[in-house]
Order: sequence, then structure tokens, then C-alpha cells
Amino acid sequence: MTLDEVRPGGRVRIRRNGAPGSVGQRLMDMGFHRGVELQVVRNAPLVDPVEFLMDGQHVSLRHEEARFVEVEAL
Amino acid sequence: MSGDLRMALVGQPNCGKSTVFNMLTGARQYVANYPGVTVDVKKGKFRVGEKTVEVVDLPGTYSLTSYSAEEMVTRDYVLNEAPDLVLNVADTSNLKRSLYLTFQLLEMGAPLIVNLNMTDVAEGHGLLVDGRALAAELGVPVVETVANRNRGDEAVRKAISEGERRSSSFRVDYGSLEPFLEKAEKSLRALFPGKSYPWRWIAVKLFEEDEAVRRTIVDAGEPGLALLEEVDTLATSFEMAEGADSRSHIGLARHTCATALEQRVSRRTRPSGKTWTDRIDAVAVNRFLGPLLLLGIIYALYELSIVQGYKLTEYLVPWLNRLRIAIEGTLPPSGFLEEPLLREFTLDLVTAVNSMLIYVPIFLVLFAAIAVLEDVGYMPRMAFILDRLFRRFGLHGQSTLPLILGGVFVGGCAVPGVMATRVIADERARLATILVVPLMNCLAKVPLYTLLLGIYFADTAGAMMVFISTITLIAALGVAKVLTLTVLRNRPSSPFVMEMPPYHLPTLRGIVIRSLERTWLFLRKIATVIVVVAAGVFVLTHYPSPSPEVLQGLAIRADEAKVTFRAAVAETPFAASLADDGTLDRYLNLQESLRQFRMLGTAKATIDERLTAEAPDVAPLVIGSDPAVKTLDRAFRTLRGTRLELQRELSSERLNASVLGRMGQAMEPMTRPAGFTWKVNVALLSSLAAKESSVATLGVLYRPQGDDANKTLGERMQEQERGFTPLHALALMVFMAFYPPCIATILMVKVESRRWKWALLALGYPILLGFACAALVFTGGSALGLSGTRAALVFYGVLLFVTFLLGLIPGRAPETEKASKRIASVTEQEASPR
Repeated sequence: MTLDEVRPGGRVRIRRNGAPGSVGQRLMDMGFHRGVELQVVRNAPLVDPVEFLMDGQHVSLRHEEARFVEVEAL
Repeated sequence: MSGDLRMALVGQPNCGKSTVFNMLTGARQYVANYPGVTVDVKKGKFRVGEKTVEVVDLPGTYSLTSYSAEEMVTRDYVLNEAPDLVLNVADTSNLKRSLYLTFQLLEMGAPLIVNLNMTDVAEGHGLLVDGRALAAELGVPVVETVANRNRGDEAVRKAISEGERRSSSFRVDYGSLEPFLEKAEKSLRALFPGKSYPWRWIAVKLFEEDEAVRRTIVDAGEPGLALLEEVDTLATSFEMAEGADSRSHIGLARHTCATALEQRVSRRTRPSGKTWTDRIDAVAVNRFLGPLLLLGIIYALYELSIVQGYKLTEYLVPWLNRLRIAIEGTLPPSGFLEEPLLREFTLDLVTAVNSMLIYVPIFLVLFAAIAVLEDVGYMPRMAFILDRLFRRFGLHGQSTLPLILGGVFVGGCAVPGVMATRVIADERARLATILVVPLMNCLAKVPLYTLLLGIYFADTAGAMMVFISTITLIAALGVAKVLTLTVLRNRPSSPFVMEMPPYHLPTLRGIVIRSLERTWLFLRKIATVIVVVAAGVFVLTHYPSPSPEVLQGLAIRADEAKVTFRAAVAETPFAASLADDGTLDRYLNLQESLRQFRMLGTAKATIDERLTAEAPDVAPLVIGSDPAVKTLDRAFRTLRGTRLELQRELSSERLNASVLGRMGQAMEPMTRPAGFTWKVNVALLSSLAAKESSVATLGVLYRPQGDDANKTLGERMQEQERGFTPLHALALMVFMAFYPPCIATILMVKVESRRWKWALLALGYPILLGFACAALVFTGGSALGLSGTRAALVFYGVLLFVTFLLGLIPGRAPETEKASKRIASVTEQEASPR
């Protein structure tokens, strides 16, 4: 499963951050690493982007970026 | 100087770095532009004991890679400028992520002091961090602050003053990558013998595939290439063995290390529950309430800055007038018909500068309001709500603010709008935003709208105003999309990944400092240019001069007026002294001074005193108690009327004969499809410098004829252009809506985009677009026999439809596209040197 498929409210654990280049680096810098747990908080009013809660911080991504993150449901 | 210290401030975004900076430096700070990049670097000074500390506030960065300008600036400064101290500001409530940056700074060998900021927020979340334990673990001093309440100021100063910095022995354990790092480190030392660089850091960077570091190695020539090849081979074998690429491995190692360290030095007093931020966000970015709140905030921003700020300008106007009058007093006095060149020229410049200064109150309020929104943390929410819409057209969620500032509704200014594009992380969207912000409705476009709406659309003025303010936004979206698909196609685009930081209460000091600073920046950048441009326009509108016959004709009429005046005052005791032309001119000028004083509301005693001082011999004729003064005044009023008319005629003749006037006439055949007459052309041309002048120029061109001196410009225009229909007016308004940016904006576009070509594009495309649309409206409307309002509706529909279609064209996401290619090519490239 990839992160863009998770519905708001869903809780998942990251299996792999497969995003290349600057997207991958940026995700890593924000704390998207293997084993980290996160929760999908909500979609934006126009569905995209989507907001996540991880380690007490809120981060928003576009679905097309979240697609690179492989996750497993908790 | 040996007693001085150079200190750099480094931290992640939203860690409260600028509050720490303000706490330390107070008001002793200024913005310094980092050469070559549009990253603001603030500098400041403060004293600690005997030492002066010069502190540089580097841009906030999450990490120190080479993916963004901010990160490069920060990294280069720490590495190359070798500051004596680096104060690493960390958000205590988000310690784990903050440490991620701290580790990289330590790896670079930076002389670090860690500043745990916002400890109060952390405590509020139930997180207690033991600063001493952290200091012991990291091997560097740790100080705790709550900078927005000035807590911890002393502790920071003490840490700064305390002696020498030892380098820390702390190391992130990269686990299975360590042997590979050691090998690379050894090779690096061999490649640069005798140098002392942070080798381990460079080795880590090489395994992170850092482009900038790789380039430095390539610059070392053949051995450098060999080293890179070695590293690539090592990285490949690591990937084979571990099943993960070295870059993610490094990131994960830092994260694991930070997690463990956070656990060792902190404890939770209670589990983190729902925070205030969560509660606010449940409303602020709610699917239904969020957009409503956004609209409310935009409305409040307008009301506060444009409407209320505009009222503030009323207090400024008298002062600017006083300034103008003071300057006028020092200039050679005006002749009967012609003003001395120096006088006219200087006054033109003063007018131009004043027309810019008038916006200062608006800017102060506007910038303060924006600073509040920024400090509160609302900006990312705004981007979150609108990103989907804007992205369709190649813009970004963060384009919202620049567009609002530019004047989504009527009444903004493109200069702060373009300045505000700095926050847009995505380079391509940033350029697209810079280029379309000038399409918004700046304050200076408004006078022409009001003039034309008043004459030709009196019944539907309200609806037409909505039409004007929305077509610009619709067109801006369309243009942004076209630009993104064409000229901006190959510009780098970056991910949206955006933190939604906790809400904060802003500090008054922070807001005031930022508001003053940005206003000053605007004035400094623009003031000189305004003067140069005003000078250029002066020349273009004054030369070549009208033919001698024209000038002579006016001179004869002036003499006739004087004769009439003298005849009227022949019976008074002053007749003899006014027979001399020089005295007459001085008398007239003194009368003008009197008018000005009265306009300013100066007390009569003061006026009398000043006028007597100015011209003791003529003053009795103006303010004397002799009954003949009344007769004189009456004759004067007639003479003044004639004089003004002649002066207006002269300036009109001047403009017609000048370069600009001739251009307007020459262009008439070309502008016919849009329905513009040559007078309109001249007005539009003269507005290039500043759009405010469009109405003023029209005022000169449609000069009062015969007895209609008291008629408004609107009435004069209607009478003198009998062929003018609402359709003409609509075409003109459409052109004005897309009018090219003023010189100040063009300059700001150059500053923000760093290239003249973008500035020229920003100047050029609106002319074409505006003219095409005006021609479409006028020619199309005439052919179909549409009324002005109908044509407006049809045009609106067409524009909306075109923009809608453009929105359907899928945008390219370069990163994701290139991504697959890049992964494929990495393996190929491993074998061959780059």
C-alpha cells in the first residue's frame, strides 16, 4: 500500500520512502523514515494536499508525492 | 579586531530563530542581500561584556543538502566564512527533528552552542528536556530560552562569552555504512594532503549523492574523478549488501540516533494529547469552514490595509504638500506663461517621489498584517487550502498571498506582491507567480476605471467593477498555465512537502521590526529608480518643443491678457508699479503663495509675516489694507483664469509635439482595432512610468475649451470625443486591466527573478495580451453590434472558458517524471565517471 491511498483517520507505519531526488530528501528531512508511524489527519478542502501527523508534528504533502511512500496499516 | 566575535544563527523553519535574533540584537539589525540569490540574510550586532558580537541570521533549513538556495547559503556560510560561533536554535517541542540538523552541523565541525528554544511550548505538550544531559551527550554547551518572552537572554550571552570552543567528539553511528565511510575518508585525505576539512562530513555527503560536494571533488581533476568512481562503487556494493540505498540509510541512522538521544535526555510528564493547534485547525482547515475563514481573513487584510491604510494617507498628504511647497520656495519663480526648466523639472521629480511616498502608510499596515499572519502560522494553512486550485494552473498554494497583495480585488500593489513570492518553495511556480502578479489590479489602475465607469457605465458600475477585478484573476491563471507549459517548462520544480507548524502568538516587536524593514526595503529599492524614470519621462514629454509659431501665438495671447489686467487696475494707486513685467510676475507668484498658505490652513498673521518677508515691495498689493486691493484681486482672478488656460494649452501643445505625443499619433492606425484615439494612446504611453498619471494626462489632453473650465474631466471627454461609446471605454478598461507593470514593479521582478529576461517578459506580454483582448472586445463587439455591458459579458465568458480549458491540460511534475529515469540512469552512471 502507498501513503496516498490511506484514508483520513488511518494509521500506518512507513515501510519504505521510495521518493527520489529532492522529494525523497525533503521527506527524509521531515522524518519520513522506515518504521516511523503516522496518522492521516485530513484532506484539504479540494482533496489535495493531505495532512499527516507524525511524532507530534503536522506535515502536508500532495498525493502525487505521498505515492512514493510505501506503508503498512497498523 | 581581536575582541570581536562573528556568530551565525542556524535553525529549522518555525523554531523561533528570528525571535532569538531580535532578543539578542534589539533594533541593531539590517537586511543584507546575499550575493546572487534571493535569500534574505539579516545581520545584527550586540555586546557581550567587552566583546562586540556580529551575528548573521541564516535562512531556516531542515537539513543541509544542496537542494535549495536556503540550504546552500547556510551551509556555505558555516563552512567557508568559518564563524567563531554557531548558535543552533532548536524547537524544544520538536527536539527529535531539530537534532537531525544539529547532527549535521556537528559533523561539519561547526563551533556549536545549542539553544533549546520554546521550552514553554514543549512543557505545555508535556515534554521536559534536560539541557545539561543534552550538553553532556553532545559535548557542546546547551542553553534554554523562551525568546518571545525574552527568557534566557542572559544564559545565551553567558554561553557566548565563555571562552574557547572545543570541537565535539559526538558522532552519529551510521552502522553498517561506517567501514565504507572510513574508506572514502581515507581517500579524501590522500586527495587533499595537508588540508583540514571536515572529512567525515564530506564522505557522508558523497554517499548522500550531494551534487555540490561532488562538483568540488570533480574540480580536483583526474584524481577527483577516480575518487568519485571509487565512492560510487562503494555505494553500489553497500546497496547490494543492505538492500537500501546509502542516502536513506544515512537519513535513517540520523533519525534513529536522534530518537534515542531524545529519549535519554527528556521525559514525558503526560502523554501528548490534543493541542490548541489541533483544535484551531479543526476549524481553520476544515473542508467547509476553512475556505470561509480564508475569505474572511483576506477581506480583513483588505479592509485593514487598503481601506484603513488609505485613510492614514490623508494625514500624510498635507505633509507631502508642505514638503513640495518648501521645495518650490527654493526654486526660481515661475514666469507668466512658461516655468523655468529647473523649476518644472524639479517639481516633476517631487511629484513622482510624492506619488510613491503616499503609499507608505498602506505598506506599513499591510506589511504588519502580513507579519502577523506569518508569525501566527496561518500562511501554510492558506497554501494547504488553495494548493489544488492553483496547482492546476502552474501556481502553488503559496502563490495566494502574492496575488492578494497584488490586488485580487481592486486595490493592491504589485511591488509587495512580487516581494512576497520569496516564500514559494517551488522555483517554477515562483517565477509564474512573479510574472502574473502584475496583472492584478493595483491601486494606480483604479482612477481610470472610476473615470470611465462614471461616464459610460454609471448604471452598472458595481457589476462592472466585479467584472474588472475578476477578469484579471481569471486571465492570470490562464497566463500562468501558458507560461508554465512554455517558457517555464524547464525550470526546476520542487516538492510541496510542507510543515504545518503549531500556532503562535506573535510578538509586537517582531511585527513592528518586520513592517518597518520591508517598507524601508521597498523605498530604498524603488526611490532612485523613480527619480531616473521621472527624468526620462520629462524629456520624452517635453522634447522636441512645439513650433515657434505656436509658442508665439500663446505669447501674444498672454500679452493681451496682461493688457486687459492693467486696464482694469489703471485707476488704482498700484498701476504704476504693476506696469513693469517683472513686478507683475512677482505679484502673481505672491498671490499663488497666498493660495497655498490658505490651503494648508496657515494662520493669517503667519501668512502676512511670510509674504512680507518674501517680497516686501509687492506684499501690500496682496495683503494690504488699501481698498484698491479688492479691485486688484478681482482683476487678478480673471487674469489667473486666462493664465491657467494658456498654461494648459501650452502643456498640451508640448505633449503633442513631444516624442511621446508623436508616438501616440503614429500609433493611431495600429490601435484603431481597439478603438483607441491618439489622445488615449498618449495617455497610455505616459502611464508606462506610473499608471496613476493616465488620468492626469487625459486631463491635459481633454483641456477645457472656451467656457467649460468648470466641467469635470468626464464631461469634457464625453463632449470632445462624441464618437466614444461604452464599447470604447470597455476596450480601454480591458487594456488597463492588463496594463504592463510600472517601472518599480519591473525592477522588483528583476530583483526577485534575478534575470532581465523575466523582467522584459513581464513588461512585454501584458501589452500583447491587453491589446489583443481590447481589440477583440472592440472589433468583435462592434461587428456583433453588442452594447458595452453585453460585450463585457461575452468577453468574460470567452476568457473563463479558455482558462477552464487550460486548467484541464495536465501539468508536468518534473521530479516524479525524472525520478524513474534517474533511478535507471544511476546504475548506468555508476560505471562511468561523470
